[in-house]
Amino acid sequence: MTDFLQYLGQSTRISFAKLGRASYFLLEILAGVLSLFARPRLLLKQLYSVGVLSFLIITISGLFVGMVLSLQGYYTLSDFGAEESLGVMVAASLVRELGPVVSGLLFAGRAGSALTAEIGLMKATEQLSGMEMMAVDPIRRIITPRFVAGLISMPLLAALFSAVGIIGGQLVGCGLLSVDEGAFWSQMQAGIDFKDDIINGVIKSLVFGFVSSWIALFEGYDAIPTSEGVSRATTRTVVNSAFSILGLDFILTALMFGEH
Amino acid sequence: MQHTSTQDTFVGLFVASGIIGLFFLAMQVSNLSSFASEDSYTITARFENSGGLKIKSPVSAAGVKIGRVTDISFDPKSYESIVKMSINSKYNTLPDDTTASIFTAGLLGEQYVNLDAGGSETPLKNNGKIEITQSAIILEKALGQFLFKSAEEKK
Repeated sequence: MTDFLQYLGQSTRISFAKLGRASYFLLEILAGVLSLFARPRLLLKQLYSVGVLSFLIITISGLFVGMVLSLQGYYTLSDFGAEESLGVMVAASLVRELGPVVSGLLFAGRAGSALTAEIGLMKATEQLSGMEMMAVDPIRRIITPRFVAGLISMPLLAALFSAVGIIGGQLVGCGLLSVDEGAFWSQMQAGIDFKDDIINGVIKSLVFGFVSSWIALFEGYDAIPTSEGVSRATTRTVVNSAFSILGLDFILTALMFGEH
Repeated sequence: MQHTSTQDTFVGLFVASGIIGLFFLAMQVSNLSSFASEDSYTITARFENSGGLKIKSPVSAAGVKIGRVTDISFDPKSYESIVKMSINSKYNTLPDDTTASIFTAGLLGEQYVNLDAGGSETPLKNNGKIEITQSAIILEKALGQFLFKSAEEKK
């Protein structure tokens, strides 16, 4: 019994200590953001590896998610003779939920895991301590550009995901199934509000980009510097990012769309 | 240097396509283009019962959407519902004896305010009031009346 209590207490203490380190780490990142403007080339390079390399997986998944949404929605809506509402259904679910959430999950899997592995390996091969020896701050030089790149890429990727998904939904709905194209777009435009739906979707994707880049970078920076430690940190990044994205999505949805 | 310049191009393409995506969502998907910062004026109408009318419900005249409902409140003195509507300034010639009624689009569709122009010469002004109104038709009430009537006829 005392063993169990001891174990419980210690693991709680360890997780709080980790949260404390993560918060401190975030403050250090944010403190370096301004100095990034002096060296935009670092940011550009990370935008390439975080954003551009995620481009393909996001657009292709968006296309298929939109197409499936349209196909499934059509069969349900046609039971009620409301096929014309397909456009607003596809657009609302993509812009409000699926766009930010699915692209956030894909982003955590594609870019987040790569960031953790990269930073973890840098730590394991002592590149980070090497930089400190040369009086280069590894957080400003390595971490902050990656963090800001994630923060910029996520809303763009989520918007792309939604836009491509809506086009995919339109292709299936109006091409394969026989929904009138005019009704598809006009019902969508009548039902989707710019401020309530699209801006809130962008805010969601910003929050997800912030959280998943933070988790990915911290797990890499905090990893045990062995090959096993790095592999564990990479797994934790994907799992923790997925949990935080889905949990935060619930809270954000309740805040944004709960009352009008 | 060659390598970084292709990288720059890709980053540029990525950012541009993301912005195009957002622009597409704003213009093609949402209602931003149809109601982007157009001048409007407000009119109010009192209804005995505003039914399922909501904020942002459309206001139309002769079937054309000319504005939207901006506020619905309950008047504790007269027990009526006060509906505020913002009408596009393009349509500022509505006469002051316009009738407002609440209709339903289709059998189960959403409710909207329909304005029928009267014959007066003076137009409605900003913050003007519509005097003649017709309440929403509550389906349960209408059904109840119908059943009551048909039961009475059978006697």
